[in-house]
Amino acid sequence: MLQLDRVQARFDDFTLAADWQVPKGARVAVIGPSGAGKSTLLSLIGGFLMPDQGRVLWQGRDLTREDPGARPMTTLFQDQNLFPHLTIAQNLGLGISPSLRLTAADYDRIEAALAHTGLAGFGTRKPAQLSGGQQSRAALARALLRDKPILLLDEPFAALGPALKREMLGLVTLLADETGATVLMVTHDPAEARTFAPLTCLVEGGIAHAPQATAALLDNPPPALADYLG
Amino acid sequence: MADRALSLTAAGLAVGIGLLLLAPLAALGLGLQGFSLAPAELAALRFTLWQAVLSAGLSVALAIPVARALARRRFRGRDLLISTLGAPFILPVIVAVLGLLAVFGRAGWVNQTLTGLGLSPVSIYGLQGVVLAHVFFNMPLAVRMILHGWQAIPAERFRLAASLGFSPADTMRHIERPMLRAVLPGVALVIFVICLTSFAVALTLGGGPKATTVELAIYQALRFDFDLAGAARLALVQFALCTAAYAVATRLALPTGFGAGQGRAGGPPAPKGWPLRLDVLVIIFAAMFLALPILAVVLDGLPGMLDLPPQVWQAAARSLIIALASTAISLGVALTLALAAARGRNWPGFAASLPLAASSLVLGTGLFLILQPYFRPASLALPVTMAINAALSLPFAFRILAPEARSLFDDYNRLTSSLGITGFARLRFVVLPRLSRPLGFAAGLVAALSMGDLGVIALFAGEGEATLPLLVQRLMGAYRIQTAASAALLLVSLSFALFWGFDQWGRRHASA
Repeated sequence: MLQLDRVQARFDDFTLAADWQVPKGARVAVIGPSGAGKSTLLSLIGGFLMPDQGRVLWQGRDLTREDPGARPMTTLFQDQNLFPHLTIAQNLGLGISPSLRLTAADYDRIEAALAHTGLAGFGTRKPAQLSGGQQSRAALARALLRDKPILLLDEPFAALGPALKREMLGLVTLLADETGATVLMVTHDPAEARTFAPLTCLVEGGIAHAPQATAALLDNPPPALADYLG
Repeated sequence: MADRALSLTAAGLAVGIGLLLLAPLAALGLGLQGFSLAPAELAALRFTLWQAVLSAGLSVALAIPVARALARRRFRGRDLLISTLGAPFILPVIVAVLGLLAVFGRAGWVNQTLTGLGLSPVSIYGLQGVVLAHVFFNMPLAVRMILHGWQAIPAERFRLAASLGFSPADTMRHIERPMLRAVLPGVALVIFVICLTSFAVALTLGGGPKATTVELAIYQALRFDFDLAGAARLALVQFALCTAAYAVATRLALPTGFGAGQGRAGGPPAPKGWPLRLDVLVIIFAAMFLALPILAVVLDGLPGMLDLPPQVWQAAARSLIIALASTAISLGVALTLALAAARGRNWPGFAASLPLAASSLVLGTGLFLILQPYFRPASLALPVTMAINAALSLPFAFRILAPEARSLFDDYNRLTSSLGITGFARLRFVVLPRLSRPLGFAAGLVAALSMGDLGVIALFAGEGEATLPLLVQRLMGAYRIQTAASAALLLVSLSFALFWGFDQWGRRHASA
């Protein structure tokens, strides 16, 4: 269970509060107007920002003081998910060992993860030699290798076209099904929320509301969400 | 956790820099017995200010037509010429002095021509020689900064001027003169500050009661008169001068960036006729002014290269060791401070620019006072030179690294920490590869500067500790001009090889 226990964070121009929990294996869409704090919510969970009050817990374990790299989660950012000076295999290897001390077995795992995400044979290339969709696949392949129980998606596919985006979401669903990961995904697209996430967390007015059933929320939106959806 | 280790290391280094600068100053203050300047010391102060004013004024005045010609003309070799204008920064001062002597000296090319024409020869020694050498070094810098100002004027401004039928004089008045008014004070001030700490030029071309800078007077007080109190007094005067000038310089908005763009479309109008002829003359004259002294060193030095005395090779080895060691120290400190500064803190940048307020001889004198009761100064010549070279080049290295470290942090810090890449792995797989280009460039600059430096080493070195620049100076003093020229050629080759080598290393490792 991922729990946000009376989390409060104040920044220069706005505040964000969250007090809810979702069960292990849940898939949650995070939706809301621009600037409301969707990315901030993920940053608080991921450990890139510190809450002023409250705790972040996973299976009862308090993560609030832990470094981002020590938390049981992988974040896919909007951009800069790969180091451009390292090969794809090295980028994936960082998911196994941050000091890149890799055994032959590790390289086999990297090759398998690449094959699994449709990137077989791309290990020796640099990110710049891959298309945008392939770069997203590589980042997903590393998430697969890290094998953390929580996956945070901060619009990593925003720059892709609609067809590619659907394809990547399909891949995320497949991987999440296999690993049983809990997934939080920021999105602007209600259709995306409907297909991917049974639960949706609405972020508006300084509050990340407790996740509700996606269909019910979108069919009968509160005023703020209705304004946003238009 | 890794962040805290970095902050602590950086803070420790910042304190260390402060101590390295403050301890000599404290020693200078303690070495003081009353504070009244002797007439000779006042003369040195006056000369220092006067030559710096003249050097700055002349450099800027000569640079304006060159910058204008480069801004409005396109020709083959223009880009090469503009990059070459950056070379004097890493050219060892003593090499340039030797070259200027070959061109403008008693038996130099200019005087040979003059006497051939039946005119009386000119002397390169004294005020005119000091200013000439300073113009040689700083006019190119002024050209680059002013050219940058010209290229920063949007092309649309000139298009509008053309559509309104402006004459060149109108364009000058409404567009170019306002730019110059904004840029020139900063350029002049930078050159003025650089010339305040002139030592090697004054040592070789100045001297005597009429042409001694404060920096040179410090050296003479320590080396020849062993007047510790006098040296301390002068060093404090010099420190006050530098600090005041530096404080003014930072207040005045300095023109940013030394890199001049390369041929963007639509510059200032390029009139034909006599302005074109004038521009051609100006560019040829400037190129010759910069190239001839170097050519003279090459021509004079080349024949003797094969039978250089062993002392030259020994000095070269010492210089290389000093250069490499101070590069390692300077870059290590600069990188740590730049990484700490990238996390949004201001104090690392402040610490890194502190050495700008000091000069080689000021720090050297302070350390001399601290160390000489316990050690023979000559035995410390190399470590002290290493430390002071590293400290004085730190501001440059930091300024090159800081913006790149900042964007590395902004772009990749979240990814790096989300993957838990810390400590040595972070340095090896993220920081060094991403920053290799600025690191290589900064290392090249620091190594070349340190290789060619002739400052504090002159205070400490005895017979057996001379670096290559000091040896060249001593050979010149002993009128062994031939050997001096060959050693100078070796020196300049090593300096540029160091710069080139490090810079290439950085570029090669900067992939993607």
